[in-house]
Amino acid sequence: MPHYDTILIGAGMSGLAAGIRLAQFDQRVVVLERHYLWGGLNSFYKRGGRRFDVGLHALTNYASKGERGLPLTRMLRQLRIRHEELRLGEQRFSEIAFPDLRLRFSNEFELFESEVRRAFPGQMDGFARLVRDVREAEAFTPDDTNLGARAVLAAYFDEPLLIEALMLPMCYYGSARRDDIDWYQFIILFRSFFFEGFSRPEGGIQPLLELLRKRYVDLGGELRMRCGVEAILHANGKLTGVRLDDGTELTADRVLSSAGYVETMRLAGLEDTVQDAERGQLSFTEAIFVMDTEPAAHGHEAAVTFFNDAPDFRYRVPDGLIDTRSGVICSPNNYAASEPLPEGILRYTNLARFDAWDALEGADYERAKHKQVEAALAVATRYGMDPRPHEVFRDSFTPITVRRFTGHDQGAVYGSPVKRLDGATCIDGLHLMGTDQGMLGVIGAVLSGISMANRHALVPR
Amino acid sequence: MTREEIILAIKDIISTIAPDEDLAGLTEDKRLRDQIELDSMDFLDIVMELRKRYGVQVPEEEYGELASLTSCANYLLPKMADKELRVGV
Repeated sequence: MPHYDTILIGAGMSGLAAGIRLAQFDQRVVVLERHYLWGGLNSFYKRGGRRFDVGLHALTNYASKGERGLPLTRMLRQLRIRHEELRLGEQRFSEIAFPDLRLRFSNEFELFESEVRRAFPGQMDGFARLVRDVREAEAFTPDDTNLGARAVLAAYFDEPLLIEALMLPMCYYGSARRDDIDWYQFIILFRSFFFEGFSRPEGGIQPLLELLRKRYVDLGGELRMRCGVEAILHANGKLTGVRLDDGTELTADRVLSSAGYVETMRLAGLEDTVQDAERGQLSFTEAIFVMDTEPAAHGHEAAVTFFNDAPDFRYRVPDGLIDTRSGVICSPNNYAASEPLPEGILRYTNLARFDAWDALEGADYERAKHKQVEAALAVATRYGMDPRPHEVFRDSFTPITVRRFTGHDQGAVYGSPVKRLDGATCIDGLHLMGTDQGMLGVIGAVLSGISMANRHALVPR
Repeated sequence: MTREEIILAIKDIISTIAPDEDLAGLTEDKRLRDQIELDSMDFLDIVMELRKRYGVQVPEEEYGELASLTSCANYLLPKMADKELRVGV
């Protein structure tokens, strides 16, 4: 059996990006993926003759070609990918919607600023201070990773609705924390939404994944699909390798794992060291509708709509199967593209409770899926279009689906509430990357793979 | 390699890492990061490319020696005097 410089667990965005970095500098590297498709949380599947994206609502962190110092530009440079290869189409606009409030934003920050001014004229001093502080903060090296955004925002605004309106999209696109988001994560997301903006790679997530996969393989990286890791092997506190599901053992100098912190500790036989507070809980359902019409033809022009059907926003595991009060509606049609999509697509996302779905079996599970989609639409259609009169196909997924395809406990999309920014574990040579290292979104996941590969596998010791 | 060739080698590495930057007007004794967009990740890539192309090791505590083209040449000359220039790889 060959010895690897580095073994990467998971062929998601972080694993593929780390693989590119290491293969680029001639490391002997393998990416191990239990599933038969790559992409992890940002993947795709085929059903009814169509290809659907799983994770990608919007690619945050938009940067135009050559725009300096931005996360997207740094990612492209580190992976030696040209901006044109991503084929990004910018959003029309997106919006934050409450019963008596609508704040639109686009890739031009001025729109968001003018919308906040229109709705909250008395809050503009605080808003200007917030924007300045978010711009200048050293978000990637926070002093306090526990600090919550809700408490910080209270020092900028005395209008609770504005605080709720800012929390809504930030939580939905990246918080693993109940009713809050880490302040440094808020800063990173705020920039990625409002300073940088949303775009969509033409063709969705699959061409982007193919770009990464092909680049990795062309550089000599090894990618093994349907190849799960059963155990991470270590001796005297030092990593030695992994054992695969089929019993084969591979040795390596180091392992970077995107399996999640708790899941990685379990693979290492160390789950007893995990605290309950480190277990991720928040998961989602999503209903996907294919329509014989474009959403914009019916006045639904937003790329992404974050809605909350109450003055206060709750971001927590619901008591029942899903929480219909808040959610996200997105449409890949509402981005610039060289040619329009052949069909209209709308996706509806809601917070969901893993164990409630897990208790259902067979026909009960299918019935519940159908019923919950109808319940979700009853509220979501107050903020976006009703797809049902134009429906040609529908599909939906639940926290159970997320767990099955990503291997994340509880289908926890944003992983553990406790992030490990240095990627460290208690085993020498075993490091984290991806969601539980603390970088969010597609671009964040790619940068996580890059920075963890640089830090733990490339920088000479 | 001569000093001039080492500077060519560094410029060629930078053009691989940062293809959008214009390197024609670089001043040799000014800091590189004051003239073009290079962050710490990019300096790591310069180090990795030096290792890959020329087998030269630059320890992390000596990255500062790569600040300008002049300091690169001074620092690398003893390490690269016996190497052949490889550009466009």
